[in-house]
Formats: sequence, C-alpha cells, structure tokens
Amino acid sequence: MTRLSLITALSGILISTSLAADPPIKIGVLEDQSGDFALATICKVHGIQLAADEINAKGGIAGRPIQLIIYDTQSDNTRYQEFMRRVLQKDKADVVFAGFSSASREAYRPIVDQLHGLCFYNNQYEGGVCDANMIVTGAVPEQQFSTLIPWMMEKYGKKVYTIAANYNFGQISAEWVRNIVKQNGGEMVGEEFIPLGVSQFSQTIKNIQAAKPDFVVTLLVGTAQSSYYEQARAGGLELPMASSVNVGQGYEHKRFKPPTLANMYVTTNYIEEIDTPESKDFVKRWRAKFPNEPYINQEGENSYLAVYLYKEMVEKANGSTKIPDIRKAIATGGISFDAPEGKVTIDPKSQHMSHTIYLAKVNDDHSISFPKIWPDIKPYWLGEAGADLTKSNPHTQYTPSDPPKKAE
Amino acid sequence: MDIASAIFGFLYQIGDAAAFLVLASAGLAVVFGMMGVINMAHGEFIMFGAYGTAMAVRAGLPLPLAIAAGSLATGVIGVIIERLVICRLYGRPLDTIVATWGISLIFSQGTLILLGSSFPSAGTPLGSFTVGAYSYSWYRLILMLAAIVLLVGLWLLVNRTRFGILARATIQMPQMAEALGVKTRVVYSLTFGLGAALAGLTGGLYAPTMTMVPTMGSTFILEAFVTVVVGGADVFLGTAPAAGALGITKAIFTSWQGQLTGQIALLVAVILVIRLLPRGLSGWILKERS
Repeated sequence: MTRLSLITALSGILISTSLAADPPIKIGVLEDQSGDFALATICKVHGIQLAADEINAKGGIAGRPIQLIIYDTQSDNTRYQEFMRRVLQKDKADVVFAGFSSASREAYRPIVDQLHGLCFYNNQYEGGVCDANMIVTGAVPEQQFSTLIPWMMEKYGKKVYTIAANYNFGQISAEWVRNIVKQNGGEMVGEEFIPLGVSQFSQTIKNIQAAKPDFVVTLLVGTAQSSYYEQARAGGLELPMASSVNVGQGYEHKRFKPPTLANMYVTTNYIEEIDTPESKDFVKRWRAKFPNEPYINQEGENSYLAVYLYKEMVEKANGSTKIPDIRKAIATGGISFDAPEGKVTIDPKSQHMSHTIYLAKVNDDHSISFPKIWPDIKPYWLGEAGADLTKSNPHTQYTPSDPPKKAE
Repeated sequence: MDIASAIFGFLYQIGDAAAFLVLASAGLAVVFGMMGVINMAHGEFIMFGAYGTAMAVRAGLPLPLAIAAGSLATGVIGVIIERLVICRLYGRPLDTIVATWGISLIFSQGTLILLGSSFPSAGTPLGSFTVGAYSYSWYRLILMLAAIVLLVGLWLLVNRTRFGILARATIQMPQMAEALGVKTRVVYSLTFGLGAALAGLTGGLYAPTMTMVPTMGSTFILEAFVTVVVGGADVFLGTAPAAGALGITKAIFTSWQGQLTGQIALLVAVILVIRLLPRGLSGWILKERS
C-alpha cells in the first residue's frame, strides 16, 4: 500500500517535471492594488488570475502553462515606470497587462516601446492610442459616446453640461462629447474640469443650476471626485446624468445610498448585472474563486478576456510569443473570443477591440436596467481617420483635434 | 428678491468653502499652534472619525451621537499615539514629520487591508431647500454652523477652563509649569488627543457627504495645511481669519471660472500671504496690536 502510494507520488513528480520542461509563458500584471484607484482595479487582477487558472487547467497556451508576475503599482505613475522596466528587463515577461488611469498608461508606454515589449491596456479610456506595442481591450469614446450622447439628447433634450476630471482622459473625452453634441444639433451650456482629488462641489452644483442643462455628462474619476453625486443630490440637483466611467468601474450604485445615483445612464461593455447565460455563468465561476468580490466591473471582464485573446494570438502564431509573429496573427483580423459580454474581435488597424455596448440605467432603488443594447460596435475612429498599424507604427496618441495625418 | 437670492447664494458658497477650511484645519492648528508638532497623520484621523461615525450609524445610533462617538474614538486613538510615539519626539519637529507620516501610511494602508477598499456611506440627511432659482443642501448649513460652534467652543475651552490655563502654561514654559505641579505629560497627551478628536469630528461631520475610502483624509490635508500656514501659530487669530479669507477667494474664483481656477487662486493667495506676512495672519495681527 505504501509502496503503491510512493509510486503514484513519484509518477506525479515525473509528470509535473515533464510539464515543467515546457517553460511557462510569463504574463506581467501591473495594476493598482492600493491607493486612490484600488477600488476599481483589484478585480482586474482577479480577472487575470481566473482566466489563467481556467487556461492552465485545460493545458495552458499552446501546451505551456501561464505564470503570472504581479506587482502592486499603488495608483502611482512612477511605480508603473519602475515596475514596467523590472517586469520586461529582469523578469523577462512575454506580455504585460497594465494600467488604469490614462496618466499611468502614458507614463509607462514609452518604456514598453523602448524595450520592445508587448502590453495590453485593459481599460476603457479616451481613445486614440496608435502604437503597435499596445493592444487595447477597453471601450473607447466612439463606442461609448456615439451611442450614449445621441440617445440622451433624444430622450431628455439638447442642452448639455459636462463636468470632467482635469487630465488627459477627462479633457479628451469632453472633446468627444462636445463634437457629438454639435453634430447632433445640440448646445453645450457649460463645461467644467475638476482637478483630481477635489471632493467639495457646492459651487460646481450652483454653476450647473445656473446653466439649466437638460442633462449632465459626468466624467469624474477617483474616489474623491465621486463625492459629487452625494452632494448634488443633497443640494437638490436631480438632473439625468450620462457617463462613460461610473457604475462600470467604481460601482457607485452599490456603494452609495439610494437614490443618490438615480437616473444615471452609463454605456459599458460589461457589468455583473448583465442578464445573459454567458454573463451569469461568468459571475458564478468568478464568485466560486473570489467569494468576497464586492463587484465584477467592466475592467474585470476586459482583463479576463484579454488573457484568452492573448492565448488566441499565441496559438495563431504557432506557439510563438515573439512580437512580429503575434502582430502577423493580429493582422489576419481573425483574433476574436466569445467573451461574457458577447463576441469581441481585435481590429488590426488600431489594435483596439469591438464591443457589445450596454446602456445601463440606474433606477431609484439603485437596481440596473438596460434600456438599449448595441451589439458589435467597432473601434472605428483611428482607422477612419487614417491610422493603420499594419502599415506604419507612429507610437503616439491621437485626439479628435490632433488626428493622424492622412497617408501621403 | 433676485438680488437677495444672489447674495444668499454667494454667502452660502463662501460659508461652505470657509467651513470646510475651518473644520479641516482646526485639529491640525491646535496640535501645531499649541505643541509645535506638525501632524502628517491629520488626514487619517479625519478618516477614522468618518469611519467611526459610519459604523456607529450602521449600529443604529442617530447621526449626531454617531459623530460624537466617532470623534471621541479618534481622540482616544490620538492619546494612544501621543503616548507611544509623539511624546518621545518633542522639540524635534523634523522627526515628528517623518514619524507622523509613517503613522499616516500605516493607518490608511491598514484600513484598506482590514476594511477593504470602500465603506458604505450614511447618506446626507435633511434634504434641500430653494432660494430663488437655486436649491441648497440643509446639511451644508449645519456644517457652517458646526464650524462656528467649534471655534467658539475651542475659544471657551482654551481661555475659560482650568485645562486651558494649564495647557497654555505648559506650552509657554514647560519647566516652570512642571515646577508648579502641573503634570505636563498629561497636558501634552490631552492636547494631542483634543487635536485628534477635532479631526475626528470633522471626519464625522463630512462622512455623510463623501465617498468613504481609506484615502479620504488626503482630500482635506492640502486645504488644512495651507490654512494653518496662512493663519500662523494662533488658532483664533490665525485659522479663523485665514479660513474666511481663503474661503472668499476660492468661492469667487470657482464661481467665475470653475474648480481649477478656484484651486489656483487659493494657492496663489497662500503664496502671496506667506511672501508678505511670513508669520501668517496671526503674527501680523499680533504685531499690529503691540
């Protein structure tokens, strides 16, 4: 009996060493697990861990197991630069999944380019990053605003007031809103940029009341700025709100007392309330692994599906993790995955991703309903503006007022 | 009526900005002005007060009692910290900065680990009222009232009670006070505890209006420090007028061009005051008097 168990134990060791003969594929994970953004980003790490476990249980990527190298970037841009160097140079990661705020992404992106790394940015953002070393799985303004703003203007009226966080994300997103409002014959009655970390909004609330908009676009970022909603409600400001960042990232509807967020509309590519069988199954698997997760947000799902997309790319490249091989696989246009939100596909021109966009409405009791769903919305802007990563690699971020130069 | 409502709106904004500055800086000003200690953990004391208040509300206490409980608990934590760390560092202001900064990191990170990245907020009570075309929050009027009550109460405590006399004696001439039988160690502990309790009170008062996260104290800390720097060492001659002046500056510029301009104006005002009055408003007022 003991001999038998010894043999099984030995054979177990043999099997595991034969597996270990295939070197693991190293995925670096740089996400904020502490600091101002931790609330929205801890679940990105969990999404990556869940996907890695599932893939490893089924034999890994092209027969190689996934090894995660996880660092806490502490909501601090300089930490991103430090850890990005370490994970690419010392740990020799094959690919890195990194970043929440656009400021942090722009802090580490030159390092990825300089060290010829490959990096996934699994986060909704202001759009325009045109860099062959970056793959973006988050939603971009043409996906979130070209759906949300016309819908809101039709339902509530054409006078719009924007309050936005004052850094690249807020400024460029506000520019998108301004353009879409104008294209649809509306009027911007006000626009205010709020420094990060501001938590007192009395005067802003009064400015909004003075401008009498039909709805307010809230592009506030970070936990300090989210104090706005409580203060606006207490101050008697009950206008409908439209946003691309709330609910889907910081699950404010779960954290604030109803009806603080009532009548807010958000376009998101995933939140845990989505009622499809795929989404329900995803939530079940997630909660089995992380029973104490406060909320599974859109960036959690983006991070989860990014691991599967990377698997798809490596396997299309016949098991190679070299960047030229991966880029050839992307250029075929055939990298897609049946994600919890629905089918997603990587666009070779911009290396951004198509999404199913859900319009989530926060009700008076803070439950969520979905008045509209737009399937397969493509990240069209960079391609239409003339960018094409399969032909040239400008390593830059474009904005609507600073678009790519049309090909000569 | 239109002019009256415009004036009310303007005064409300000034009161709101000034109340925030007074409440944010009172605890810091007491600890700095009376003990010469620069407390970098001030923001975390505010966070403790807010968390304590929210916990007490969830346990079923009415909000005013919950705020008192949160404030008291923070005061007790302050006394413990003074006994463990601060009391070894008197007369070494630079060392206290490093030590209290370390304490602040431990507190905010410890809260994140123990209680998670967010905490359900209590919700702002009392609703809103309308003047002219604008609506306002009742609770923010209470905050303005609280700032005034706090200043009056603090003045009475320092100038009209035995504790106040002993504290001032200890601060002015510790050896002489001790020779006369004052237990200066106890006075120091209690003064630091008072500063912490005031920070806790601020946290409790603002808890219903803010997002509850371990880093919430940091949104008070900048305003608290600039108010104390502009005010100078005296709480009453310094902090209160400084909060008033900075509140007016901030309200005017925010209503004119938005939050960013308000923030810039506030900091430019601070630079101007420090350049022209290096010892702060209270130093200037005392000099004018003498």
